[in-house]
Amino acid sequence: MEAFKIVKKIPGPKLDVKHGIIDLSHGAGGRATARLVEQLFEVEFDNALIKQHNDAACFSLSSGRYVMTCDAHVISPLFFPGGDIGCLSVYGTVNDLAMMGAKPLYLTAAFILEEGFAFSDLKRIVQSMAKAARRAQVVIVAGDTKVVEKGKGDGVFITTTGVGIVPEGVDISGDKAQTGDDVIVNGYIGDHGIAIMSHRENIQFDTTLLSDTAPLNDLVAKMTEAVPKLHCLRDPTRGGLATTLNELAKQSNVGFMIDENKIPVREEVTSACELLGLDPLYVANEGKLVAICPSEFTETLLTVMRNHPLGKEAAVIGKVIADSKEFVQLKTKFGGMRIVDWLTGEQLPRIC
Amino acid sequence: MKYISDFREGSLAPVLACAIAKEVDSNRHYRFMEFCGGHTHTIHRYGIPGLLPKNVEMVHGPGCPVCVLPIARVDHAVALSFQPNVILCSYGDMLRVPGTNQETLLKAKARGADVRMIYSVDDALSIAQKHPDKEVVFFAIGFETTTPPTAHAIIFAKEHGLKNFTVFCNHVLTPIAMECILRTQYPGEKPVVLDGFIGPAHVSIIIGSKSYEAVGEKYQKPIVISGFEPLDVMHSILMLIRQLNEGRCEVENQYIRAVNSEGNIKSQQLMGEVFELRTTFEWRGLGFIENSALKIKEKYKAFDAEYRFPLTVSSGQEHKACDCGAILRGAKKPTDCKLFAKVCTPENPLGSCMVSSEGACSAVYAYGPFLIE
Repeated sequence: MEAFKIVKKIPGPKLDVKHGIIDLSHGAGGRATARLVEQLFEVEFDNALIKQHNDAACFSLSSGRYVMTCDAHVISPLFFPGGDIGCLSVYGTVNDLAMMGAKPLYLTAAFILEEGFAFSDLKRIVQSMAKAARRAQVVIVAGDTKVVEKGKGDGVFITTTGVGIVPEGVDISGDKAQTGDDVIVNGYIGDHGIAIMSHRENIQFDTTLLSDTAPLNDLVAKMTEAVPKLHCLRDPTRGGLATTLNELAKQSNVGFMIDENKIPVREEVTSACELLGLDPLYVANEGKLVAICPSEFTETLLTVMRNHPLGKEAAVIGKVIADSKEFVQLKTKFGGMRIVDWLTGEQLPRIC
Repeated sequence: MKYISDFREGSLAPVLACAIAKEVDSNRHYRFMEFCGGHTHTIHRYGIPGLLPKNVEMVHGPGCPVCVLPIARVDHAVALSFQPNVILCSYGDMLRVPGTNQETLLKAKARGADVRMIYSVDDALSIAQKHPDKEVVFFAIGFETTTPPTAHAIIFAKEHGLKNFTVFCNHVLTPIAMECILRTQYPGEKPVVLDGFIGPAHVSIIIGSKSYEAVGEKYQKPIVISGFEPLDVMHSILMLIRQLNEGRCEVENQYIRAVNSEGNIKSQQLMGEVFELRTTFEWRGLGFIENSALKIKEKYKAFDAEYRFPLTVSSGQEHKACDCGAILRGAKKPTDCKLFAKVCTPENPLGSCMVSSEGACSAVYAYGPFLIE
């Protein structure tokens, strides 16, 4: 990597991280913005590329196949059991890259801040992003900050963009599921959605449940190393497992036959869903993946997954079947059959 | 005892299915109405029709609070949400129910009305306490299950001098709706033939099993009050078949872990304190039914949104081809409706039965028995 010149510090007061708040000047592009970048973002993200102080980060890449994606994060509450919007915004993009079998390399982060937002909260979020980036072994190389008037945002919105490289021999895509393939998940579903809901202002119930938010790239690297012929990977975030399976069915023009008995769901999640009238299959996850694997490699894949901290509860939950109607069918715990449809709108709690 | 998993135990389903198969008389047809949308969803979510003999048919009833609310009341709620300074609080299901011209509370929210989704009437009280400068209106809907909490909220508001809290009351009653289905013949329709009812679960906790005795006796229909879990429903179907085969006509209680004969007296007293019968009230599908709904008593009228905000709202127009009405009275199945799964889908619901998580169309669509068949 190139050497970078040392840029003179921006004159002016230090950020009052303890009591200070964001005002419109922090997004105006002047000294206040520069101080925010210098005293917070650069300190926490701390890497040579972000300190180039150019309009864009400049780096060289080797030849090969690259993937690129972005993810916008708007979440309430900003801090929740097991995570916050900061680590979520890093893992969200890292995981989207990983679902292509790629090794994530670089991220950018754009912040839309609401006037009046506390510096202390912003610092907590940025620190969480930095920690998440270190854990996922990616570098946050550039960013942007805008401030909107009070009442026109929800504290902070974060959009991250990422680029990653696909190892040679790996060719994962949502349209590759084939009849007879096994459907595998890496663990309990629904934890994230329920952990978030338990802290929403008007619900609040006691639970020890934590969000499952985690970077999946290391697990995916181990999986693709052991089974380079893996067909599909996808992280069932918004819309949950049900929506992800429907997406894959449509993309690959196949159907799924899923066994409800085999889907790992914690009892706390089942109970909370009962209470709120929700279906765990539609509840969001942030550290889960669905893998579609040729059945001859399933045992190998499961072994690798179960040896990884993020795949201990990995399970085969069903099979890809031929179905031109692209239905996701579920054999219920009760023995009956039903269709699992796409999520419609938002899941709304029932009345009685 | 585990109150969820034990009553969903898959290994017991074939045992009950076998007992039902043994009990049915192959020379006759059995047609039962599950009154509650909660039961409809259990039946489809667990694939129960596939476990029943062919001559046992389940028909869904009007027991979905969102579905039975007539379009005029939805329009009224939307109009309330646009009153100056009003925060309209509603249960989630209600937000997507289309009124006239497919207007919904969710669309009203997008246009700038302050509409909040709440999980309990307590949330509406908290919002009223937090915003003394705003008028907080609670959109109260539901059968006897959700009525006592509304009554409690009104008493609380009075005791605490909460002057900015009102209730748009749409609470309706169960046994009278059952009677209406049995006694009314709708023009152009064959009478709905029913051999018995799967009785409500949560409603019965409040009003007690004895509340159904009059209607069961008058129309000679067996009623089995059933829990909402799949084994409860199958057990109740077995109990209904037994009653018919033995020539009995009783109100039986399958849901003994929660329901007794008298119901919850304290809740009944709360309802009696705050509410009185409306002379008549419109139900989607069933039309105007005398003494079928509740209004807020004169002594609590300060908390009545209809008194605080006197609005004239037109009578409301249903989508012409929507069959929600006939579906709610058991005269048609969702798949009989021309709009079902074609124009009317969960993304674009034209009738209330497709919206609510307790609606029959939503159950049939979501769990897709019409697709697997």
